Amino acid sequence: MTIKEVQDNIIEEFSLFDDWMDKYNLLIDLGKELPVIDPKYKIKDFLIEGCQSKVWLHPEYDGKLITFTADSDAIITRGIVALLIKVLSNRSPGEIISTDLYFIDKIGLRQNLSPTRSNGLLSMVRQMKLYAMAYNAKNKYGN
Amino acid sequence: MKDIAEIRADFPILNRKVYDKPLVYFDNGATTQKPQCVLDAVDEVYKSYNGNIHRGVHYLSDMSSEAYEKAREKVRSFINAEKREEIVFTSGTTGSINGIAFSFGERYIKPGDEIILSRLEHHANIVPWQMMCERKGAVLRVIPINNKGEIILEEYYKLLSTKTRLVSVTQASNALGTVLPVSEIIDAAHSANVPVLIDGAQGIQHGIVDVKEMDSDFYVFSGHKIYGPNGIGILYGKEKWLSELPPFQGGGDMVDKVTFEKTTYNDLPFKFEAGTMNYPAAIGLASALDYVLNIGRENIGSREKELLSYATNRLSAINGVKIYGTSDRKISTISFQIKNIHQYDTGMILDKMGIAVRTGTHCAQPVMDSYGIDGTVRASLCFYNTKEEIDTLADGIEKVKSMFA
Repeated sequence: MTIKEVQDNIIEEFSLFDDWMDKYNLLIDLGKELPVIDPKYKIKDFLIEGCQSKVWLHPEYDGKLITFTADSDAIITRGIVALLIKVLSNRSPGEIISTDLYFIDKIGLRQNLSPTRSNGLLSMVRQMKLYAMAYNAKNKYGN
Repeated sequence: MKDIAEIRADFPILNRKVYDKPLVYFDNGATTQKPQCVLDAVDEVYKSYNGNIHRGVHYLSDMSSEAYEKAREKVRSFINAEKREEIVFTSGTTGSINGIAFSFGERYIKPGDEIILSRLEHHANIVPWQMMCERKGAVLRVIPINNKGEIILEEYYKLLSTKTRLVSVTQASNALGTVLPVSEIIDAAHSANVPVLIDGAQGIQHGIVDVKEMDSDFYVFSGHKIYGPNGIGILYGKEKWLSELPPFQGGGDMVDKVTFEKTTYNDLPFKFEAGTMNYPAAIGLASALDYVLNIGRENIGSREKELLSYATNRLSAINGVKIYGTSDRKISTISFQIKNIHQYDTGMILDKMGIAVRTGTHCAQPVMDSYGIDGTVRASLCFYNTKEEIDTLADGIEKVKSMFA
């Protein structure tokens, strides 16, 4: 599936629910499904600190695709982390850099990515793109 | 006293819904809502007599200046200060403390001198002193707290020494609600000839503050936390201190004579009021103080005490809820955590039920550190809240528990 298709699927899944509590229940379930990050990466080097919740993000690059694993100490945050992983993990650096993340807005979770919310998610998106740029540069210019 | 329905009708915003649910506003520690009379007072300035204060010879400027000085007099009588010269308008509590930390540091602080704070301080009463200490080579000393979230007075007495230059403590903890024993703190400091600043940001709206009786050397608070507009605050200082301290900002209105060689400063309080002050907000604040006097500060205090005790009983009866800050002397603020549920998750779900609480460290990380936690959920109540709203919060907590179980 393309990044666009994944985003459209998520939008469709969320559109089944009008009630906020149902949307949050879905996020909670998504959070539970998130592949567990290796505890050895839950360290300061991979921590994205927000003042409301924390996010850990670890990238792995096989020369073609970047695989992200991540976690959060808050479950709703972890649910949104899971969505971001669904969309942006196992993609090439080029795809990640050029992606427009429109699904967040469409499913009504934009407030969770506002800079004032400070829950680590906005920084997480930024960090995913930064990793992608770094790997991209490495490909082009070597070490 | 007005009944609760009449009181709530005075605050238009309390009527609104969020996500189709009636608003339950429990974030009064962050900012309070405004009664109609305050909105009208500010509106009236701009509609009828807006003119820059202390500048013009014209009618509007005179009217604005007069209303602004009347507001100063209102604040003076509200906190029972001796003179109007002792009341300085600022942008808020943070502005007041930054100002004093700067001026006091410039005038009195030498390397090795000490400033005493408590572990319960808001960052606004920590960082300005840290910045000053870095500049001047001075040192911060911190009064520790016990498990109930109370400062340990014996430890404070031990910290007071010939090196102490100033004690700056909060009247009540924004994160836990603990009311500090300010008269004991001030008495001990004064017997060591040390002045005291009291941060009244979480104190003034909950009872009677009499700076003469309290005998604090400085008392600071924010307008927006006592039902007034944002962007206005008060710095009270005893005249003997304010006249000795240098200004913390330069600009218009605070000067007497300006040449490029030397400037002499205006009299108190204008020496500390550089530039165009937020006079519409000052005028709105005066209206808020009138409103509070009209309700009655004893009435506010007793109503909030009742709400605190009801909320404490209701929340502590819920399995898994732990309240942080269990002093016998508290403002109507309750900080808590639900077992195994992150405060951010709790806050997000409560929000969707129309309940406004604050989550996180409440700009008081040292308090959280002392409990080894990274945050709490804080419900900060005030006299316009109701027991029914507390019931809604309790139901909300049960709902959160069921969702994250």
